[in-house]
Amino acid sequence: MTHVLDPHALTAETPPRRELPTPYADVTRSESAFRAFLHGLPGVDQVGAQSRVAMLGTRSIKTTSKAWAIDTAISMVDLTTLEGADTPGKVRSLAAKARRPDPTDPGCPPVAAVCVYGDLAGIAKEALAGTGINVAAVATAFPSGRASLAVKLADVRDAVANGADEIDMVIDRGAFLSGRYLDVFDEIVAVKEACGEAHLKVILETGELVTLDAVRRASWLAMLAGGDFIKTSTGKVSPAATLPVCLVMLEAVRDFRAATGRQVGVKPAGGIRTTKDAVKHLVLVNETAGPDWLTPDRFRIGASSLLNDLLLQRQKLRTGHYSGPDHVSVD
Amino acid sequence: MATPPSPDRPSSVFEYAPAPESRSIVDIAPSYGLFVDGEFVDGSGEAMKTVNPATEEVLSEVAVGTADDVDRAVKAARRAHSRVWGPMRPADRGKYLFRIARLLQERAREFAVLESLDNGKPIRESRDVDVPLAAAHFFYHAGWADKLAHAGLGPDPRPLGVACQVIPWNFPLLMLAWKVAPALATGNTVVLKPAETTPLTALLFAEVCRQADLPPGVVNIVTGAGETGRAVVEHDDVDKVAFTGSTEVGRSIARAVAGTRKKLTLELGGKAANIVFDDAPIDQAVEGIVQGIFFNQGHVCCAGSRLLVQENVHDEVIAALQRRIGTLRVGDPLDKNTDIGAINSAEQLARIRELSDVGEAEGATRWQPACDLPDRGFWFPPTVFTGVSPAHRIARDEVFGPVLSVLTFRTPDEAVAKANNTTYGLSAGIWSEKGSRILAIADRLRAGVVWANTFNQFDPTSPFGGYKQSGYGREGGRHGLAAYLSTGDEQ
Repeated sequence: MTHVLDPHALTAETPPRRELPTPYADVTRSESAFRAFLHGLPGVDQVGAQSRVAMLGTRSIKTTSKAWAIDTAISMVDLTTLEGADTPGKVRSLAAKARRPDPTDPGCPPVAAVCVYGDLAGIAKEALAGTGINVAAVATAFPSGRASLAVKLADVRDAVANGADEIDMVIDRGAFLSGRYLDVFDEIVAVKEACGEAHLKVILETGELVTLDAVRRASWLAMLAGGDFIKTSTGKVSPAATLPVCLVMLEAVRDFRAATGRQVGVKPAGGIRTTKDAVKHLVLVNETAGPDWLTPDRFRIGASSLLNDLLLQRQKLRTGHYSGPDHVSVD
Repeated sequence: MATPPSPDRPSSVFEYAPAPESRSIVDIAPSYGLFVDGEFVDGSGEAMKTVNPATEEVLSEVAVGTADDVDRAVKAARRAHSRVWGPMRPADRGKYLFRIARLLQERAREFAVLESLDNGKPIRESRDVDVPLAAAHFFYHAGWADKLAHAGLGPDPRPLGVACQVIPWNFPLLMLAWKVAPALATGNTVVLKPAETTPLTALLFAEVCRQADLPPGVVNIVTGAGETGRAVVEHDDVDKVAFTGSTEVGRSIARAVAGTRKKLTLELGGKAANIVFDDAPIDQAVEGIVQGIFFNQGHVCCAGSRLLVQENVHDEVIAALQRRIGTLRVGDPLDKNTDIGAINSAEQLARIRELSDVGEAEGATRWQPACDLPDRGFWFPPTVFTGVSPAHRIARDEVFGPVLSVLTFRTPDEAVAKANNTTYGLSAGIWSEKGSRILAIADRLRAGVVWANTFNQFDPTSPFGGYKQSGYGREGGRHGLAAYLSTGDEQ
């Protein structure tokens, strides 16, 4: 496989502005119009959002519903490795785990995707050929996003050329926080264009946006720009996925579908390590956006260590006793 | 979109399997006596039955106190006050209260299950709200017991003597705590009459008093219905009457107490306005509306039963509210995932039905989500009336059930005028992202408690009480202590 940059990449021009869904057709006509639109979204009361997720955290998911939730969560995992030390061997071993998370139980569903850096997308693609498991690649100068647009687009095209089915891009938080919303928007539009057939997940890096008002604005911005998913975090910044952030993003995709008819997915990533955390997220999806989002097409969990905890809990439900960490494979 | 990962992918409906709290933690005796002078004794009246409103199953038989029984209880309280509790060092009284608070925490699960069984409220609420708050009230007042000279009520505030307290069925244990904790902390002794339909947690509390070695007669509990309550309130040797309940009964108590030396506090009905401005955080406002009216099946005197929504966001708010109400889980109060439990009694259910029918007859539009209600027991689905005018009865009368009346306003002045256009004045809510507006509006609302961007939040440090026909006096906080103390300047 090749890792050669597209020779035209560095001279790439911004494509014409994307046509927006009807009720919002003119919100990007100028920087001030876009700002007025985003700042006109209803505010989020942080205390209220926290108490809502705290209440949903008390939902008691037992027996059959727990079994359902564990299998559903497994099928939504984007099994991820994003280390400087990643090698083809590591990626192949992750791919093997993705296909058959629990080798002792063929009834265990595979995960949704394997998520790697763009240069390893080809290895992952090869290892997952014929499984239906997608290859997701992070791109656009992940995780900081600090590079020129041309470099970011080249990064995307490279990953797509290597076989990535899904691109996880990062937004320009610097531009967002300094109020240059149209720059952020245009960049997402350009990346979407560069993705071609690949699906685009837009990472908001909510740990750097900090306020829930900003999370709501960034969510709408990313959806209007054509993102197929909005994703909380790179996993490289703390805090990563939190329940209040996920709540606000789920409200955003719910409201966006009601207004435009287009259903955008949500992916919390980073910090979801236990089955309990995963189940809380599923409850949040169920009671916020609704059951239409309870599918791997619309909800993903970006994680690495979570999968083993899900498998241990799954074994516990099946056999009635807890086994140890040696009963599931290391990644 | 991404391809589904495999054919054996699970189906997409997330049903929550039943998650019932075990009721084996509580022992309900087949019958209960009155708790007088530290002992359980028979009542002279004909015993009454208390039922589980979710199933109509009889839980137990409970004694009914007559005027003679009440007299014995008051005498025991008087004796305990003059011989033991009054002379006791305040710090020692505090120790008893701390002990009771800890016992409530230790036995929290037992209290929560029993409360849900007898009252019909969801276990999530009895477990997460009623019982922890009841314990918090005892902890808070335990701390005051030896610091009353610093409460701003004069250098040496004195207990009144014997306090008689009549409490409602909506928060049986919590209302007991609101009444008993401040009374004991200020050196008074107590004769308490729990509500007819929900006596069981008060009787379990009597057991806690014994467990805490509280001296006999300090707390006396006389169960029964209206007649028993009347005997308690009208007893000559009582220094203080505290009542929480309906405005109608409150009025008759005020009449009975008028012209006597008895000090009186009343916490009565309400018809709170929950005001949503167009700059509100809509999703949280919707949560607050739900919490305001459906918490405890709407059996809350400070419930946000009148939604005042700014006309330019009315449709958006109502659509969001209806969607949200569609996710409420109505059913078995002992299931940990239940949001709305049973209506407390057949009588209350009849009243809710009657007022809802009047609402429809007067021209308001009734909306209820599709929901399966159990066959047995007393149930009413969450209900929203839109197109309500301030002249409608459902905008004026307290329904005391899961029924929300939606009215609109155009300007802040109109919101204030409509919010205050009620004979009640217990609570109100304001939803806006604009702090200056919240403060300006709160200043003009004639309600004892005003919540901003939240609703139905309670804390023992915060005084609670009403304007107008919602009653007088305050409970909780420093202000609440005044109701149980003599500062020397009253006479």
